Amino acid sequence: MKPARFDYVRADSLAEVHDVLAAECGEAAVIAGGQSLVPLLSMRMARPKVVLDIMRIPELAGISLDGDTIRVGAAVRQAELLAWSQLKARQPLLALTLPWVGHAQTRARGTVCGSVALADPSAEIPLTLLALRGEVELSTKAGRRRVAAEDFFQGLMSTARADDELIEAIRFPCGRPGEGHAFREFARRHGDFAIVACAAVADGKGVRLAVGGVADRPVARTFAGLGGSMLGQALDAFAHELEAREDLHATAAYRRELVRQLGRQVIEEARRCRA
Amino acid sequence: MPRLSADQRHCVRLTLNGRAVEGEAEPRMLLTDFLRHVIGATGTHVGCEHGVCGACTIEIDGALARACLTLAVQADGTSVRTVEGLAPEPGRLSVLQAAFRRHHALQCGFCTPGILMSLDHYLRSHPLPTETDVREFLGGHLCRCTGYVPIIAAALDAAERLRNGETDA
Repeated sequence: MKPARFDYVRADSLAEVHDVLAAECGEAAVIAGGQSLVPLLSMRMARPKVVLDIMRIPELAGISLDGDTIRVGAAVRQAELLAWSQLKARQPLLALTLPWVGHAQTRARGTVCGSVALADPSAEIPLTLLALRGEVELSTKAGRRRVAAEDFFQGLMSTARADDELIEAIRFPCGRPGEGHAFREFARRHGDFAIVACAAVADGKGVRLAVGGVADRPVARTFAGLGGSMLGQALDAFAHELEAREDLHATAAYRRELVRQLGRQVIEEARRCRA
Repeated sequence: MPRLSADQRHCVRLTLNGRAVEGEAEPRMLLTDFLRHVIGATGTHVGCEHGVCGACTIEIDGALARACLTLAVQADGTSVRTVEGLAPEPGRLSVLQAAFRRHHALQCGFCTPGILMSLDHYLRSHPLPTETDVREFLGGHLCRCTGYVPIIAAALDAAERLRNGETDA
């Protein structure tokens, strides 16, 4: 398994990245940590003309607080965010989900934005971004825009990013007082891709449940103040509406059942965490 | 902004186990192949070549990395540590390597270089791991011979010896 030929460009500035992306018209692939792109190159599922390395651009490094938002630059590795001293205090849900992303050996290289760019339907970081109503910052030569996670993930490894756009950063809202968070996933082994992953954020008004690994993208639903059997019915309806995938690892029915079980567990746990 | 063209070889310089090395690589060359075929450092093994098995795990600038998920040109200018850098001198083993030998933590040895690199890194930052911690950490590696039990025993033994002041030097 060896990649096909490509030119390699090591960009020193954002302007250079935007120029290359604009000039190559979709034939350029951005490389950051490479944990998703390199296997795709090696298996020749991706055959870009140019691989564009963005890891040495100073503007893309670093985690910052922008008001009530955690802004994570495109060059921030998953291990760096997991080790950020303020992580648990600022956003408990991220502290719960990040240890489930790949293995320590891949988190040391893989970037937070790279996982969002790939948009694997069972990946934890896109799921967390959606659960928290985060945003993706995209930029081109011409300007910048922000896209809500809800609109960004459009299908199996398909996103709202245009060919000439760079994911410059992603934005996670900070946790608010009175919120409770929970996360669980089911996989054969820790570190495997989740068969189903569920994240919940509870506040005074209700619970937002985000589900990954089931449909072709992560899906979220907000349930307003449901108790007991009402919750069961609502989860049942939600599980049925999801267009559950069927593959080697699990049937669609099995995935829906996991949504009912894990969904209830995380909702109850998130509510308990509020108290 | 350097642009390295696809059909030419380009000079890659890096520090390998404390020694400056250089060689030529096409942009598409993986770091595993660069280390093994260009530099001749064959200690790093190539298993699945898509980041799953962990046999090629090395350190790049002090952080763990799968060499098969890294392009050689990405590693230009970095400091790389491989299994060849573990033993303090020829003929002597590091504390971790010696524990592997005592506990029969390898049979065919194919996965061993990657596991040694991972555990060496891990034990330096986690001197007092539990068995569960080590099992969890080993999740990033596949071994098809040992069943992992002797590897875990070796890691815990090495951790204890390192805590008691035994050193690699």
